[in-house]
Amino acid sequence: MEAKTLFDKIWDSHVVKEVEGGPSVLYIDLHLIHEVTSPVAFLGLDKRGLKVLRPEKTVATPDHNVPTIDQHLSIKDEMSRNQVEMLKKNCANHGIVYHGLGSEGHGVVHIIGPEMGLTKPGMTIVCGDSHTSTHGAFGAIAFGIGTSEVEMVFASQCVMQPKPKKMRISVNGELNKGVTAKDVALYVIAQISTSGGTGHFVEFAGTAIESLSMEGRMTLCNMSIECGARGGMIAPDQTTFEYVKGRQFAPKGADWDTALAYWKTLKSDDGAVFDTEYFYDAANIEPMITFGTNPGMGIGISQYVPNSNKLTGSDKLTYEKSLKYMGYDQGEKMIGKKIDYVFVGSCTNGRIEDFRAFAGFVKGKKKADNVTAWIVPGSRAVEKQIIAEGLVEILNAAGFELRQPGCSACLAMNDDKIPEGKYSVSTSNRNFEGRQGPGARTLLASPLTAAAAAVSGRITDPREFL
Amino acid sequence: MSYDKFTTLTSPAVPLPIENIDTDQIIPARFLKAVERKGFGDNLFRDWRYDKSNQPIADFPLNQSKYSGKILVGGKNFGSGSSREHATWAVYDYGFRVVVSSFFADIFQGNALNSGILPVVVSPEFLEKIFATIEVDNNSQFEVDLQNQKFTIKATGESADFTINPYKKHCLANGLDDIDYLVDMKEEIAAFEASPHPSFRGA
Repeated sequence: MEAKTLFDKIWDSHVVKEVEGGPSVLYIDLHLIHEVTSPVAFLGLDKRGLKVLRPEKTVATPDHNVPTIDQHLSIKDEMSRNQVEMLKKNCANHGIVYHGLGSEGHGVVHIIGPEMGLTKPGMTIVCGDSHTSTHGAFGAIAFGIGTSEVEMVFASQCVMQPKPKKMRISVNGELNKGVTAKDVALYVIAQISTSGGTGHFVEFAGTAIESLSMEGRMTLCNMSIECGARGGMIAPDQTTFEYVKGRQFAPKGADWDTALAYWKTLKSDDGAVFDTEYFYDAANIEPMITFGTNPGMGIGISQYVPNSNKLTGSDKLTYEKSLKYMGYDQGEKMIGKKIDYVFVGSCTNGRIEDFRAFAGFVKGKKKADNVTAWIVPGSRAVEKQIIAEGLVEILNAAGFELRQPGCSACLAMNDDKIPEGKYSVSTSNRNFEGRQGPGARTLLASPLTAAAAAVSGRITDPREFL
Repeated sequence: MSYDKFTTLTSPAVPLPIENIDTDQIIPARFLKAVERKGFGDNLFRDWRYDKSNQPIADFPLNQSKYSGKILVGGKNFGSGSSREHATWAVYDYGFRVVVSSFFADIFQGNALNSGILPVVVSPEFLEKIFATIEVDNNSQFEVDLQNQKFTIKATGESADFTINPYKKHCLANGLDDIDYLVDMKEEIAAFEASPHPSFRGA
């Protein structure tokens, strides 16, 4: 039998039809939706007089527009409020489960799916959101789609997609102290660039990847889109099965045994061929931080801003434009640079493990006076666990307050925006110009590096304190 | 969403010789709050086009009257970042029908085709020639021939072939979208759903 990759196994089993000279018609097991990319799709459906074909395979929550304080009050911004209300109304019209603001199930869409056990190995999962790649951590094919495609899934439970190429990125060895999944992600993107994965679906493998918790794996797969890949995935193993077991929508009893037997087959066969392969040594990865305006512009925290000597033409112009926006010079050391904001949260680093790491670091220390910190749980469930584990007391004693769940300062769509010219060490996923607010300067990093910056007021190597 | 049929287009082009133009530049998130597909062109490249007091930034190409046309030419890795189709809607609503680059991000490329925009991939060398041609003559004409999959610099007659899969080409040429196609597959999809399958679909 032909050796197959994990990706092939799942993809091939979901192809309803190959269109001649065109894409594959791919069946979708789970469709997650939020308020930003769904309204025009619902409108299109209504115009065609269609209903959502499989509302039971569709789950909704508003996350991008929501405030992260006083969620019991009506959303102040009229357009944000309207978009959230529209989602609620559309879900009611089409019989879709809606986890509204303030409800037990509310949270960032990519946090709640795995938490509820909706995300399982072997599935195809889409959402009108590029960070749908997060769910690949479970050994699922999960990718972001545009609104036209959201409408396709509503109408037919299928999307039309060309089959991507396959890439494997192996990271072997033991991760150094203070190095997290976020650092692995930023390291890989810095190596292959923000377009290195374009046209591919990535499988992450190797002993360093296997050692990651599910939270860490989600962080890594979440960031796979930032290297241009359609998505990332990791073969499910005991860590995966233990995480899924017992969750609300996990299979139970005999169904669990059947599912588990199938899930154990979900790995790339020996000899399976990848179009592209990369190998990295975990020992070479240190805590990472970005200095520019795309996620590929990352360096080890002890390093210096690279110079543009080797660049020419538009590469050089683009690089210099980026440094100018950041207010940084070539050859400068990153450690010691003053910062103004710290943001911990988002679909990248808004899970319980991230808050444990942050709280563990700041315990017994004090927030620097020059820093404004936004500590934002990814979901109500994460918020409740933070409280249950006593992390709130630690945070409060160190001068931090916990906000309410949402996408928050990741993308400047709600009230949480970083002011112009200010530097924000953020655990989110994108440092594009203006991403966190017009003129805001984003430094992507792990929760540990964010914690070190929050207590020192400067870019600081977290390893100094570990 | 229906859009105009695409056949052959001859037009000058607007140059944007910057790399990694991401979707947050094409349309910042704060302009994604509409619930209908209209008016996005006003906010295309909002923060590069307008300053804090909403005054046009003079040296941005979209604000320079010497540049016009239905073709946008961008640096490599155009459209990286978010899956927001609002980015391609903004490009379309502004009046562009073709975006040319040496490299597109995957989701942007798919969204463009679904929004009635033809993404044309040319070699880095040919892209430089296009930029140089516009530099010499801002009104220089370019021809985009979908049927023959050819992009031509009229001034020099140089042309580059581009690829598009036959199905999407048919859709674009006829103003069709995938939803009609998928709705027509209703029975095949139902049969697929009824077939034994190892994954617990939506369980």
